[in-house]
Amino acid sequence: MSKASDNPKVASLNDLLAVAYQIEIDAVDRYNLLADQMETHNNPELVKVFRDLARAEGIHGEEIRRLAGDFDVVAHARQIAKFERRGSPEEADLSSAHYLMTPWHALQLSLDGEKRALAYFTSIVETAKDPKVKAMAGELVEEEAEHVNLVHRLLRRYPPPSESWADDMDPPVSQE
Amino acid sequence: MSGLDTRLAAKPADYKSDVKPIWCPGCGDYHVLMSFTRAFAQLGLPPEQIAVVSGIGCSSRIPAYTNCYGFHGIHGRSLALAAGLKVTRPDLTVVVASGDGDGYSIGGNHFLHACRRNIDMTYVVMDNHIYGMTKGQPSPTTEPEYDTALAPGGTGVAPFHPLVVALASGANFIARCFSGEPNETADVLAEAIKHPGFSFVEILSPCITFRPDEKVWKDQVHAASVGATHDQGKAARRLMTDDGFNIGILYRGNRPPYQPAVGATDIDWSELERDFEL
Repeated sequence: MSKASDNPKVASLNDLLAVAYQIEIDAVDRYNLLADQMETHNNPELVKVFRDLARAEGIHGEEIRRLAGDFDVVAHARQIAKFERRGSPEEADLSSAHYLMTPWHALQLSLDGEKRALAYFTSIVETAKDPKVKAMAGELVEEEAEHVNLVHRLLRRYPPPSESWADDMDPPVSQE
Repeated sequence: MSGLDTRLAAKPADYKSDVKPIWCPGCGDYHVLMSFTRAFAQLGLPPEQIAVVSGIGCSSRIPAYTNCYGFHGIHGRSLALAAGLKVTRPDLTVVVASGDGDGYSIGGNHFLHACRRNIDMTYVVMDNHIYGMTKGQPSPTTEPEYDTALAPGGTGVAPFHPLVVALASGANFIARCFSGEPNETADVLAEAIKHPGFSFVEILSPCITFRPDEKVWKDQVHAASVGATHDQGKAARRLMTDDGFNIGILYRGNRPPYQPAVGATDIDWSELERDFEL
């Protein structure tokens, strides 16, 4: 379980933008890694879902970069935006991946990530002393809440799979 | 460029090759690869000054996924290869990757003597308590009661305790990490690389395919309650009594590394080559 001390210290507006940027970029990397895994394991439907998710997070990252104006948010992020323990809030849990997973599973991973990001920015709103940080964190909370809603809407397109989704007629466990 | 600039300039992606890993989705080794590249970036090491050496097994695929120098060696012999490399090229940072089968069974004897020799390199064992690549045979760290089709009812054999063995054999740095915490693991790997002598880092890395029960490890691991000790006696007591899920740097020794003199030689290599001609 992540603790507040596992998260980077956000003392200024620039810190907040750097951390927000890094969260999106970490999510991009993670989704691309999952897409690569699915490519290797010949699950093309999931490749597309994960690449689309990566693209969406990349757009969010670019929006934050634009918001930062002349400030070099990328360099600052590399200096301060390091999440300990379980990593960046929006990073999908790699250990939940499965070679037969379905778009529903991918979106569940995404939903979990968006919820963690929402909780993270909410905690900043609740604890920030600087009014500018509080205000920007509030905007980020609204944005993450919209992302949560978006994933919920996408999930309507993909109903939960049957209980036998992981059944494989040619499973890797050769002894059983 | 100053040291700090180099560290800020290096990115984990700079250490990744274009080869896509073929581990099972969900495998802990993906995180370990991430930790390797993050540690290298953190240290600002140029890729051409790092050699990643491995044996055989899922974990041993890792050299191909980095763009450092790599040597995918033979089963259980990664430490012998790495020792030879480090002795002749002490300028290189040598990191050895292995698994619990490759490292503790087939390569078990090399493990003892690598600890004893204390050559300045880092040995990373991705421990999933099973032979994954060969489809689920019990390994030296498999629990005695773990029931599989190949060991019905479990092996009944007490598991190997790698950290205690490493300490008793002379390893100069001992740590345990969990693959699901890649940033912490990267920090520990960076410390292990910087520490002089033989550094041993065991990474608990779940095998999602043959040990799905290991998914619970992420809830079982916990940070070591006290920092690393320099005292072998204290370390021995701690390692003997820990629950196997204690994460962090557990021992930092201060033995000087073994580095025999190498360099100029008066050997006539052509003569030596002639001796080996068939």
